[in-house]
Amino acid sequence: MLKVSDLAVEFTVDKKTIRPISGISFEMQKGEVLGVVGETGSGKSLTAHAIMGLTSLVGGKISGQIVFEGKDLLSKSHKDMQSIRGAEISFIPQNPMTSLDPVYRVGDQIVEGLLKHLKITKWAAKKRAIELMEQLRIPNAERVFEQYPHQLSGGLKQRIVIAIGIGTEPKLIIADEPTTALDVTVQAQIIRLFKELTVANNVGLLLITHDLGVIAQICDKIAVMYAGNVVEHGDIKTVFSDPKHPYTRALLDCIPYIGMKKGSLKAIEGNVPTPSNFPKGCRYSSRCPYVIPQCKTEFPETIELACGTKVTCNKFDLNLPRH
Amino acid sequence: MWLYIFRRTLLLIPIFFVITVVVFSLIHLVPGDPISSLLGPGSTLDDRDALLIAYGLDQPLWIQYLRWIKDFVMGDMGQSIIEKQPVADMIFYNMPFTLRLGLLSLAISFFVGITLGIISAVKKNTIIDYISMIIALLGVTVPAFWLGLILILIFAVELSWLPVSGSGGIEYLILPAISVGLGGAGLVARITRVSMLEIYNQDFVLLLHAKGISQNAIVIKHILRNAIMPVITILGLRLGFILGGAVSIEIVFGRPGIGSMLLTALFRRDYPVVQASLIFLTMAVIIGAFITDIIYSYADPRVRDLYK
Amino acid sequence: MSIDYQKTKKHKSPLKVLLKRLAQNKMGLAGVVVILILIFVAAFAHILEPYSYKLQDISNMSQPPSLTHLLGTDEFGRDLLSRIIRGARISFTVGVVSVAMSVLIGLVVGGLAGYFGGKVDLILTSFADLTWSMPSILIALLLVAIIGPGLESVVLAIGLSYWAQYARLIRGQILSLKTSVYIEATRSLGASDFVILVKHLIPNSISPVIVAATIGVGNAIVLEATLGFLGMGAQPPTPSWGAMMSSGTAYLFISPWVIVFPGIAMMITVLGFNLFGDALVDIMDVKNRESNL
Ligand SMILES: Nc1ncnc2c1ncn2[C@@H]1O[C@H](COP(=O)(O)OP(=O)(O)O)[C@@H](O)[C@H]1O
Ligand code: SF4
Ligand SMILES: [Mg+2]
Repeated sequence: MLKVSDLAVEFTVDKKTIRPISGISFEMQKGEVLGVVGETGSGKSLTAHAIMGLTSLVGGKISGQIVFEGKDLLSKSHKDMQSIRGAEISFIPQNPMTSLDPVYRVGDQIVEGLLKHLKITKWAAKKRAIELMEQLRIPNAERVFEQYPHQLSGGLKQRIVIAIGIGTEPKLIIADEPTTALDVTVQAQIIRLFKELTVANNVGLLLITHDLGVIAQICDKIAVMYAGNVVEHGDIKTVFSDPKHPYTRALLDCIPYIGMKKGSLKAIEGNVPTPSNFPKGCRYSSRCPYVIPQCKTEFPETIELACGTKVTCNKFDLNLPRH
Repeated sequence: MWLYIFRRTLLLIPIFFVITVVVFSLIHLVPGDPISSLLGPGSTLDDRDALLIAYGLDQPLWIQYLRWIKDFVMGDMGQSIIEKQPVADMIFYNMPFTLRLGLLSLAISFFVGITLGIISAVKKNTIIDYISMIIALLGVTVPAFWLGLILILIFAVELSWLPVSGSGGIEYLILPAISVGLGGAGLVARITRVSMLEIYNQDFVLLLHAKGISQNAIVIKHILRNAIMPVITILGLRLGFILGGAVSIEIVFGRPGIGSMLLTALFRRDYPVVQASLIFLTMAVIIGAFITDIIYSYADPRVRDLYK
Repeated sequence: MSIDYQKTKKHKSPLKVLLKRLAQNKMGLAGVVVILILIFVAAFAHILEPYSYKLQDISNMSQPPSLTHLLGTDEFGRDLLSRIIRGARISFTVGVVSVAMSVLIGLVVGGLAGYFGGKVDLILTSFADLTWSMPSILIALLLVAIIGPGLESVVLAIGLSYWAQYARLIRGQILSLKTSVYIEATRSLGASDFVILVKHLIPNSISPVIVAATIGVGNAIVLEATLGFLGMGAQPPTPSWGAMMSSGTAYLFISPWVIVFPGIAMMITVLGFNLFGDALVDIMDVKNRESNL
């Protein structure tokens, strides 16, 4: 349903060109949940924006290929993209606190999208908006409909933003860390709702998160991003049980598990390089415990392994079982 | 909201008194007292004392103020020393001319400014943006009286489209209002542009695009709607600056009005008139700013809640 | 490589960094050029003027621009170019001196209000807001009426009518700086209120004031011209741009150049200050939106 190949985005900042993401490739099927993980700054949001065709708004030059339902999105005109965005592909942004227009009632902001893409009356749209809000466990939905963003808590705002994302019954939902502002119980409810949606309506969900627990719960596939690249991409069970990339392995080691010794929780040392000083070879080489001289000079190739996992590492044949 | 408006209106009362005190005491600092100009040649010191007592000028300043303010509030603003008619009559004759000029200028500032600002923001960093911003900057830098004179040269003398001076129908109001309003338009355009560009980079705009809303709807319904609020605030704050040009413009176009009345009175040292016109002009500006503030707090739901 | 780069960056003085950024800002550079030319003309007006600014020539009254009188002559046959050159000196002086005065008053009032807070702040701020909302032309007119017309009174009047803007700026800056760790530390070392205010708070809040003052010089020049035009400013034969236009109004239809050229000179000057001020906003990274309006 969605196939991204060799996607890259380029910006010109102060006459210097940077490519915060490049060589991004992954694919997902109808009704599948793809989890995208990676540290802050690894380019997850930018990848999502690129698929939505939003990077050109901020001056990004995009290259590669994005095929959605057989349509080549990068060759679509602005107008065509407008009718795809919000209708066929919808987006749930990262910052619910600031993603609503402060001067309009939140209900009207849900209705705005519904009116744009569904052929329904204002009255029907309002009814549907309230239904959506109730579905998302918003108490007093009719009253909340009339309220302005600043009058709502972060959790409520996040649910409004989710309502906007799912209201038009899109075929693909791209959700950028959609549960960060919610407390744990609501978070679990929303995640379950996402799962229901994907299964019941055969919707694809591209879920960006840095919560590997969430990924383990609902994802079918995973793409691990590091410094603007997808370093490992494959079936969730395979990747979790048999990570091939040293970075994936390190991420998995960061998850606490039942029965682990106190104080043994590890954090990855060092920082993610920023786009203006990506190293020439493997971008993980400054932090990788398995680094070999070749890693510093040569960018590793992406290899598809027998287990179906695609990995971008010079030492792809390492054996890195969990624990 | 109504309570807030009511409280703000009450606040205008002390402001009024502060202004009257300031104006009253400043006027009494003026060298040369008005009595001298009333006395004919050959008058004696006794004549002088008689007049001083008649006008109450022998009393301490604060008693003079209390008497004066009591009459002022009751609508008796004294006699014009030169015109020999009640100052109140002069004010009420002239006020409408100034109000009409002020309101039309303000409308020009607002609509021309917003339009220029939108064009600039949408066409950011293109030649169109630069041209509009240079025009806006010229609006801010060129004094109203000079613009008025140039407009007379072009539209009244060269093209004979509009009358040179005087007052009457709308045709007499156009050039003066443009002269006053263009300065404000420049200011409004600059704020609109900055504020729209600021809003443009906010997260909610990204979500609007993601919702598939058209560019035009985003610019007008959302970005402009948000950007207009700082414009209203600054419009209120700088109302005095925007309308200040009206004083010289009434002179340039030979229009009646509080501004030209004030200047004539200043030159002739007709202080009751100076006093009253200063107070009226200042109050007009302050009330204008007050109304803008109310509009602002109504237009922004966040501020509205603050004053619930 | 990257370490070397950082080293050289560290050695650069802030002034050099500012100059470098200015060099990249075309509009700002244009503003600087205009201001430098104005300073040059103002300083050497007595050498640069082709004729004496006072020289009347009744046989050459109200002549349009020609080779002998590049910008024409006024109603007394005086050379307009020479008078504009002299006027530059007056405009520049009035602009700079009156703004210096406003800034000084603003620093004192805003500094006190921001530093002491409480009642002091309330009273000073209300007063500043009141003056700020009054049209400066009215304040200036009233003051000129009290002290009598003339250049000195114009300077005083402009200085007294624009201070509120700087007071507001300084107060806002100080309020946000006051609670900073740095100031707390200085206080705990035993520095007095006065020392903190003068040596730390004011210098650290000055950059928006510099920006506002740059644009303020332009505004002051316009106000001077307006007062001059209304007959309240420099008295004849002193050639202030406003006063020149004032006496030219009576001859508007006969010799429009007497109005047009001083106005253009003023327009370019004020534009220069505004462009430079706008550039400073970008260069110094001033966040306060009000300071550039
Ligand atoms: N508009 C832009 N201009 C320049 N660089 C950008 C822009 N948007 C994103 N980037 C760069 O892309 C990188 C990845 O950002 P992002 O996608 O937000 O990461 P994540 O969502 O994984 O935290 C950042 O380091 C940032 O520098
Ligand atoms: S390519 Fe080399 S440095 Fe990069 S992850 Fe693999 S082993 Fe580590
Ligand atoms: Mg992100």
